Amino acid sequence: MSKTTHTSHSGNEPADAGRVELPNERDAIDALQRAVLAAVERHAYPKASAFAVRLAIEEAVTNAFRHGHQGLSSDETVLVEYEVGRDAVRIEVEDRGPGFDPGDVPDPTLDENLEVPSGRGLMLIRAYMTETSHNERGNRLIMRYARPAPDA
Amino acid sequence: MTNYQSRLRIKKVDDVTRVEFIDRNILDEGNIQAIGEEITDLIDQETVPKLLISFANVDHLSSSALGTLITISRRVKNRGGELRLSDIDPQIYDVFVITRLNKIFDIHETSEDAIKSFQA
Repeated sequence: MSKTTHTSHSGNEPADAGRVELPNERDAIDALQRAVLAAVERHAYPKASAFAVRLAIEEAVTNAFRHGHQGLSSDETVLVEYEVGRDAVRIEVEDRGPGFDPGDVPDPTLDENLEVPSGRGLMLIRAYMTETSHNERGNRLIMRYARPAPDA
Repeated sequence: MTNYQSRLRIKKVDDVTRVEFIDRNILDEGNIQAIGEEITDLIDQETVPKLLISFANVDHLSSSALGTLITISRRVKNRGGELRLSDIDPQIYDVFVITRLNKIFDIHETSEDAIKSFQA
């Protein structure tokens, strides 16, 4: 079971922000994506934004469990915090592993790496999000997606 | 595990095996692995596989699914066969472009176009 806190300005409104201790279970990951995408929809972001946000959550959570938690118990949860605002969506994903240096990830778009089956998650996140950064330890990914300009 | 459940719709069009996904979202690691194994079995049934993978019903695709496609492509090539992809939603096609995987896959707009390209 995931331990979830969703917050809104009044107790009865759907949540635009949340903090979720996410287990490595498909149902829990789907529920998190639904909560964030519902907030994205309430704030009337375009359809392409929902695609981008969903992709970023999917890839970040997969990387956290697959790479961040390598060697850790499969029961370990990943912490996800999100906030959907009028101008931007912020999503932070923190694993409980030792962290990594994002500079060490090879560029999957180089000709010599094109046929390597893995290693595209972080690159896709960077392509779809407006800004991304890691904490110093390298176990927390901070993503920001800015609402596109109306004519974009 | 309970009963084996196929995640694909498979149709033979002449000597081409056309595969379509049942799931709209190809995200779950377990499902992706099952899909990979099912398609690998299909490839191994043919002497010279001609495989068409249609994304007609697919809304979302993870990078793990892209990895499985690369593995499938290698297997088809190793057996001297051909692989085509078709019916890719524009948002998903962008993912192929961003990752430059549109350079290594033979992608067609429709299944019909893809099937014709095998016969050419």
